[in-house]
Amino acid sequence: MYVALKGGEQAIDNAHGWLAEARRGDPSVPEISPAQIAGQLSHATDRAMAEGSLYDPELAALAIKQARGDLIEAIFLLRAYRTTLPRFGFSAPVDTSRMTLERRISATFKDIPGGQILGPTFDYTHRLLDFEGAAPQPAKQAEEGLSDTMPRVLELLDAEGLIEPPGRSAGGEIGDVTRESLEFPARRDVRLQCLARGDEGFLLALGYSTQRGYGSNHPFAGEIRVGEVTVEFEPPELGFAIELGDIRVTECELVNQFAGSATEPAQFTRGYGLVFGHGERKAMSMALVDRAMRTEELGEAVTAPAQDQEFVLSHCDNVQATGFVEHLKLPHYIDFQSELQLVRGLRRAAQSASTAVIKEAAE
Amino acid sequence: MSPLDEATAAAAPAQPANTDGYNFAYLDEQTKRMIRRALLKAVAIPGYQVPFGSREMPLPYGWGTGGIQVTASIIGPDDVLKVIDQGADDTTNAVSIRRFFRRTAGVPTTERTEDATVIQTRHRVPEVPLQAGQILVYQVPTPEPLRWLEPRETETRKMHALQEYGAMHVSLYEDIARHGVIAKSYNYPVCVNGRYIMAPSPIPKFDNPKMDRSPALQLFGAGRERRIYAVPPHTPVKSLDFEDHPFTVQSWEESCALCGATDSFLDEMIVDDQGKRLFVCSDSNYCERRREPAGGEGAL
Amino acid sequence: MATDTTLSPGFAEPVFAAQHTFRAALMALAHPGRIVSVDPALEAPPPLDIATAALGLALLDHETALWLDGRLQTAAAYFRFHCGCPVAPVVGGAQFAMLADLRALPPLAEFRQGSDEYPDASATLILQVDELVEEGPLQLSGPGIAGVTRLGVGGLAAGFWRDWPANNAAFPRGVDVFFTRGSRLCGLPRTTSVRS
Repeated sequence: MYVALKGGEQAIDNAHGWLAEARRGDPSVPEISPAQIAGQLSHATDRAMAEGSLYDPELAALAIKQARGDLIEAIFLLRAYRTTLPRFGFSAPVDTSRMTLERRISATFKDIPGGQILGPTFDYTHRLLDFEGAAPQPAKQAEEGLSDTMPRVLELLDAEGLIEPPGRSAGGEIGDVTRESLEFPARRDVRLQCLARGDEGFLLALGYSTQRGYGSNHPFAGEIRVGEVTVEFEPPELGFAIELGDIRVTECELVNQFAGSATEPAQFTRGYGLVFGHGERKAMSMALVDRAMRTEELGEAVTAPAQDQEFVLSHCDNVQATGFVEHLKLPHYIDFQSELQLVRGLRRAAQSASTAVIKEAAE
Repeated sequence: MSPLDEATAAAAPAQPANTDGYNFAYLDEQTKRMIRRALLKAVAIPGYQVPFGSREMPLPYGWGTGGIQVTASIIGPDDVLKVIDQGADDTTNAVSIRRFFRRTAGVPTTERTEDATVIQTRHRVPEVPLQAGQILVYQVPTPEPLRWLEPRETETRKMHALQEYGAMHVSLYEDIARHGVIAKSYNYPVCVNGRYIMAPSPIPKFDNPKMDRSPALQLFGAGRERRIYAVPPHTPVKSLDFEDHPFTVQSWEESCALCGATDSFLDEMIVDDQGKRLFVCSDSNYCERRREPAGGEGAL
Repeated sequence: MATDTTLSPGFAEPVFAAQHTFRAALMALAHPGRIVSVDPALEAPPPLDIATAALGLALLDHETALWLDGRLQTAAAYFRFHCGCPVAPVVGGAQFAMLADLRALPPLAEFRQGSDEYPDASATLILQVDELVEEGPLQLSGPGIAGVTRLGVGGLAAGFWRDWPANNAAFPRGVDVFFTRGSRLCGLPRTTSVRS
């Protein structure tokens, strides 16, 4: 005789207990610390901060530990925490031309004022698994920091009138996608916000698609900078800005195929990317997709997915995406029951219809 | 207290607000105000989807964050909360959400539909008719009933604005042409107060008639899609159909194996390896009450 | 600016008072014409009635521009302080409007109506009236009402009820109204038809 079991509570508690055990792993192996994660797996914490929209390397490391290395889960933890934080205003825009540079390159000119500085990059490594890396490495001395007043490559182009001026938001309005509903068409500041916290993989694929003919715009890497910038805030009571602290960011400015029309002379156009931490792949992808989404504004036809604002912005948030994809694991047996009934009914109707035909034919 | 309520209380004892550092019912007051304003407009425009600044919640998008935000914005210490998923109080997500409110708001909870002032539900309407003063909060995955016909929000918003629903009627008629019936068994579109076409959420069409002129207030929350909508009490809610193909609800040849009900939505269970099937009421409280001896332990 | 040492306090327990007041407003709008009460213990600064002040404290903040008519100008400081809401200089700029000068009501069409695509972006009016009684001469029908609800509202110029059908006809656009009197209120959403 079937008896309805009420084990839901117990099942959840047991699942959480097992999760805690699995998270710890083999107790004879040293437990990983957030400091180790923040210090030695910094690309992971940087990605968690960027997509979590929260700059705090220690919290990001803690989230990654709690999430057992699942970065989207860690991003979710940071986002949920961020929701609860009080906010008291917007900072001044960070001035990336006053960045304490660790890395700065440009593909558009052989040499630029201040020089090309490779910084700590994988770019020219040979991707050979280094088995000696499994053993502890001796620590190296940090080198001196670089000058923090290097002129921007795009400013040099701008001075000649060769590139469109940087974007300004109409009326100084700044949207906040975490507090307002996203509506279309979205302004550029809102689009950039979505991209900054958007999934790196999704934006990478979309950016890649623009290079393969899906809305191509022949980009050049005008400048990529990685380093620390100062965050400033002007409290209304003071009337002047105070420094809140420094954050590391990666900025990418892409120079794109020149636009121009019968009435306007040709100029290069911009794509812009900015992320927390060291994230070149993300900043570059963001810049490619930013430029693609400006298609309509620049008088071009929308033909490709990366140019379709509503498509890109509705699907680039991985916390939303994973929530909905994974929600399929929730019970859906009521709706499935409804569909089962429907399909059985349709099949019965089809069978009796064909039986009737056979009978008729036989008569 | 029912055994389920006792277990919930033991697992997550009610805490006064602020010991966790969180506000009553988790949301900050500014968020609640924003949602409350959206709810008032939603009630004033029955069936219309009000955009709102949905917040990131500690539960994933797609798992009821919209319903939770609505409940968190309306609930108070005088309320009694019931949470169901697939009609049952003890499905894992219903348990999880009930715990969330027990922990962040300390409100009393119940399984008994009649005793609840606020009922949060996923995919079912309770079998027991709701009364005036009760509020039913639906969890909604896809608030836009036209979404499958038209993926773009910019377009669907215009269709609702101009009451241009031709594409929906054509799509339903195509079902009839292909299958002989409208092949939608759940999330069956309705027309509210003769104006807006609305997605009732993935309730089986069996439940649609319960929405029509209900004495209760029905609120709908879609967190991921950032929409809130409402059907005031006593408001006409009509399932879309055609004169020659009127709307019909599901029925079963079987009755509930536990309580014998022939008028409730039945879950199909596979009970052994040979595929033997049993049918049981989906509304667990409804079924339990029918099995109580008269005047028995059901009394609160 | 001179400090206002006579500024009245807001809710004694803001979290629960706001929730309770909101539920009253929600029920009022969901059951048009039904008169509900808010907590009478609030010290509303005259000329604000308790229900008017409570609705403001519960619903206003820095995102909602408030317009006050001539008779309620002194309430601006109260709401600016407790809610941080901006005060709208013109009727059409307001998300919420509070009115007590019933003989000089601006036409309903001057308030934000919303658009067909966003009908929710419309004003909510809070009208402080002279009298609010059940079983009055007005007959209300529509969503939220089984059959007909009767209501009596004292002090409104007849022009308001003449304007009201046009507000109905503008659906989905249009304004929504709360009437307040003392610590009682009732709701009149744009969907309610009224026969006098």
